[in-house]
Amino acid sequence: MSILAKEAEIVEEFEMFEDWTEKYEYLIDLGRALPLIKEELKTDEYLIKGCQSQVWLDAELKNGKVFYKADSDAQIPKGIVSLLVRVMSDEPPEEIVKTELTFIDQIGLKEHLSPTRSNGLVSMVKQMKLYALAFQS
Amino acid sequence: METIVEKAKQIFDVHAIRADFPILSTMVNGKPLVYFDNGATSQKPKSVIDSIINYYSNTNSNIHRGVHHLSQLATDAYEVARTKVSHFIHAKSSSEIVFTKGTTEAINLVAQTWGRNYLKSGDEIVLTAMEHHANIVPWQMVCEQTGAVLKVIPMDENGELILEEAEKIIGLRTRMLAMMHVSNALGTINPVEKVMEMAKKVGALILLDGAQAVPHFKVDVQALDCDFYVFSSHKMFGPSGVGILYGKEKILAEIPPYQGGGDMIKTVTFEKTTYNEAPFKFEAGTPNIEGGIALGAAIDYLNAMNHAEVLNYENSLLHYGTDTLLNIDGVRIIGQAAQKVPVISFSIDGLHPYDVGFILDKQGIAVRTGHHCAQPVMDFFKVPGTIRASFAFYNTFEEIDIMIAAIHLAKKMLK
Repeated sequence: MSILAKEAEIVEEFEMFEDWTEKYEYLIDLGRALPLIKEELKTDEYLIKGCQSQVWLDAELKNGKVFYKADSDAQIPKGIVSLLVRVMSDEPPEEIVKTELTFIDQIGLKEHLSPTRSNGLVSMVKQMKLYALAFQS
Repeated sequence: METIVEKAKQIFDVHAIRADFPILSTMVNGKPLVYFDNGATSQKPKSVIDSIINYYSNTNSNIHRGVHHLSQLATDAYEVARTKVSHFIHAKSSSEIVFTKGTTEAINLVAQTWGRNYLKSGDEIVLTAMEHHANIVPWQMVCEQTGAVLKVIPMDENGELILEEAEKIIGLRTRMLAMMHVSNALGTINPVEKVMEMAKKVGALILLDGAQAVPHFKVDVQALDCDFYVFSSHKMFGPSGVGILYGKEKILAEIPPYQGGGDMIKTVTFEKTTYNEAPFKFEAGTPNIEGGIALGAAIDYLNAMNHAEVLNYENSLLHYGTDTLLNIDGVRIIGQAAQKVPVISFSIDGLHPYDVGFILDKQGIAVRTGHHCAQPVMDFFKVPGTIRASFAFYNTFEEIDIMIAAIHLAKKMLK
C-alpha cells in the first residue's frame, strides 16, 4: 500500500469519532498495541530528545524498503509515533524522502507537531526522512 | 476544610477581582479558561493593559533625551514607575532600582559586572539545590571566566533546604550567596533570613531571586538587608520584557557598567567615555518604556488590595488544592514544605506529565508540565517532570474542582 493510501485509510478511521476523548482514547490504544522498539535500543544513540517527552527511533533497509521502529515515553506522542511508523514503514527510501505528510493535519492532531509542544515528534519526522536519505545513497 | 473555604469565599470577593482581568473570561477548546500557570506568567488587569494603550496613544516618545513635551511626559512617567517600584520593595531610593528585561537579565547583569570583576580563582558562589536555570547558568558562565566555583546547599524530601548543610557550605571562600526567595518548581518559601545570616558572617554578598515571591507577599529589601533583589514584571501582573534589579546604592556605584550604548554615558569621545551614575549606567539603549510604566500600573493595582486578605485567600487555595489532589489515587505532591506559596507540583503514578497536561488543556485548563527550568530539582525527586498548578488571587475553589474532575478523566483515558 502506498503512503498516500495509508494516509487515506487513517483519515477514514479517525472520521468515526465524534468527540476528542474517543479520538484520543483510540490514539492511545494504537500506541499501546504496537511493540515499537526493543528496550535495549532505548539509548541516547536512538533518542530524539524533546523538552518534555522523548522519542526513540531506529530504521533498517530490507529488500529495498525502509522499516522503522520507534517509541515514546508519553502515551499521546506514542500513538502518533505508531501512526507515523505505519505510514512510512515498508516503503522505498525515495518515496519516503519526497513525501509530504498530510494525514496528521487531516485527523486534527497537527498541534502535536508544533515545535512548541516540544515532544520530539517534529524532529522524528525529519529523522525518518534522514534515514531514508541515507539508505538511498 | 469546608468551613475554611466558605470563610475565604465570604471575606474575599474573587468575582469582583476576576472582572478586572479580561482574559479570564476567554474560552479554550470550548471550555471556560482555568488559568493555573501563574508561576510561568500571570494575567494582567485592565488597568495595566490600558496603561500601555494610553502610553502609545498619548505619551510615546524617547526618554532622557529630548526637551520636547512628549519626551518630558514619557521620562516623567518612566521615572514615576521607578519610584513606585522602589516603594513597592521598600528600597532606600529609586536610584537603587535598575530596569532590566527580566529576572534572568538582572542575574546575568550581576554575574557579568560584579562577578566578572571581583571573583578570583577559588572563590565560591553558593546556590541552593532548587534554583531555576536562570540562577545557575549565569554563575556557571562567570565561573568559567574567573575560576570561581559553585557550591550547592542541598534540600530534603519535602523540598526544604537543609540548614545544617548550609552552615558547612558557607565559609570564608564564599563571595556570593545567590538563592531563590521562593521556588518556582516546588513553591517552597525559603528561610532566606537564616541563610543570609550565615553569608553575612563571612562577608559574602547576597542576591535573592524574588521572581516567585513578589506576586504573593510583601517584600522589604531593607528589612531583608540583601545586596541584590531581582524579579520580573510579568509574574506580578505587569507586562513581559521588564524586570527589576534592586542593588544597594553603594554596590551599584562600585561595580562597572553592563552593556555599552546610549543613556548609560556622561561623555563620549573616541579616546575615553565616562559613565552615567547608577541606575542609568546599567540601562544602555532605549528601554521598554511602556513596560516600565505599565509595571507601575500593576504595582498600583497590587497596592490597592488588602494584602492580609490576599495572603489568606491564596493559602486557602493552596490547602484546598493540596487536599483535593491528595484524594486522587496515585497523586504525589513534589514539594511539601511547611511554608509555601500557592504552587502545587505533582505527579501521577504511571502517567507522563505531557499526556496529563494535554488532556487538561483539552478541557480548558492551563497548567505547566515539564521540568520548570529546574532540571536539578527533577533529578533530585527522580521524576522526568511534574504537572504544576500555580494559583493567583483571581483563581477560585470551583476552578480547582474543575481541575480535579479533569484529572479523573485523564486518568481514565490514560488508564
